[in-house]
Amino acid sequence: MIKVRTKDLIERFDLELVAGKDGVHREILTSDISRPGMEMAGYFTHYPKERLQLMGRTELLFLYDLNPDEIQDRMEQLCTDVTPGVVITRDLDVPKALIKAADNAGVPVMRSPYKTTRVISRLTTYLESKFAPSTALHGVLVDVYGIGVLITGKSGIGKSETALELVKRGHRLVADDNVEIRQEDYDTLIGNPPNLIEHLLEIRGLGIINVMTLFGAGAVRNYKRISLVVHLETWDEHKQYDRLGLDEAKMTIMDVQLPKATIPVRPGRNVSVIIEVAAMNFRLKRMGVNTAEEFSDRLTAVIDDVDKREIE
Amino acid sequence: MVEKELTIQLETGLQARPAAKFVQEANRFSSDIFLEKDGKRVNAKSIMGVMSLAIGSKEVVELQAEGPDEQQAMDSLITFIENS
Repeated sequence: MIKVRTKDLIERFDLELVAGKDGVHREILTSDISRPGMEMAGYFTHYPKERLQLMGRTELLFLYDLNPDEIQDRMEQLCTDVTPGVVITRDLDVPKALIKAADNAGVPVMRSPYKTTRVISRLTTYLESKFAPSTALHGVLVDVYGIGVLITGKSGIGKSETALELVKRGHRLVADDNVEIRQEDYDTLIGNPPNLIEHLLEIRGLGIINVMTLFGAGAVRNYKRISLVVHLETWDEHKQYDRLGLDEAKMTIMDVQLPKATIPVRPGRNVSVIIEVAAMNFRLKRMGVNTAEEFSDRLTAVIDDVDKREIE
Repeated sequence: MVEKELTIQLETGLQARPAAKFVQEANRFSSDIFLEKDGKRVNAKSIMGVMSLAIGSKEVVELQAEGPDEQQAMDSLITFIENS
């Protein structure tokens, strides 16, 4: 699990560190952000002190209406020993009492020139992506016509070779052999390669090749949302493969269900073309065109028609 | 399934050449074999997977095997790691 510290936020969002610089190594443990409005009014019973605190114009203007003792008291209660930081938005002036309390407690106070809602949404997106649950899978991730296709299957089945042919046909490699996957939101899986093997592909007989230097920057992507799983396996005569495409098989990765196609591999079957078509067919389905269902409806209609005529 | 924690003895760690040898050895067996380091789990039959872990000397990894020849696979890979 990657640790997120307050200094990461300062670097990522170019925040101005106003006070409490001893605390920049504090760890942020949750992606939730608190706007301490009730706390400014003196209600600290349910103060979420472990969250990042964000103070905008409302909170600060309210504070200026209080007397100096009250201000100092609330600022001291705001800066606890676990609070990862306080962010002031819109380049507003930081109250002197806050600077003092923050320096004493070692709570970093940062300032951003942007509007509060903008800062909240950017910080939340950043923190949620950092805290997203993640896993790693054995497979190859390729961007085919804009669809992230995860190719899985046993070692030696030809995943990397298929990816190479897809790259040659103008598609993009994301990760070979080992895909790091993180779940964002409740329904999105993002895959990326481990740093060390980015842009690399291993082809038996050739060894490790660099897809970016060989095919150019257009042949690679650093990350891609996974939409479809294609599982390759050796053709098994006793197994039934999907002949219609009416029922969609699923694969679950973390909490997300993805459509999955099992493609039997044998000489003479061009797997890359099949994957291209699978990706296009997936797009078509998303646009509302389901060939298998349309055909099935047509067949049913014709059968009904024949039945009716026979009765007449 | 069998599993065991191992310490890499090889002084240079699992650099490209030894990693390739290790993967070749793993590929001789039909069991599913996995290698885990710091919570990252990769297929031991995949050279890119094993190299992406960047396993250094004296680092502890966990080896897992599951399948018909899991014990042979385990013994052979342990010998490989401990003796090379």
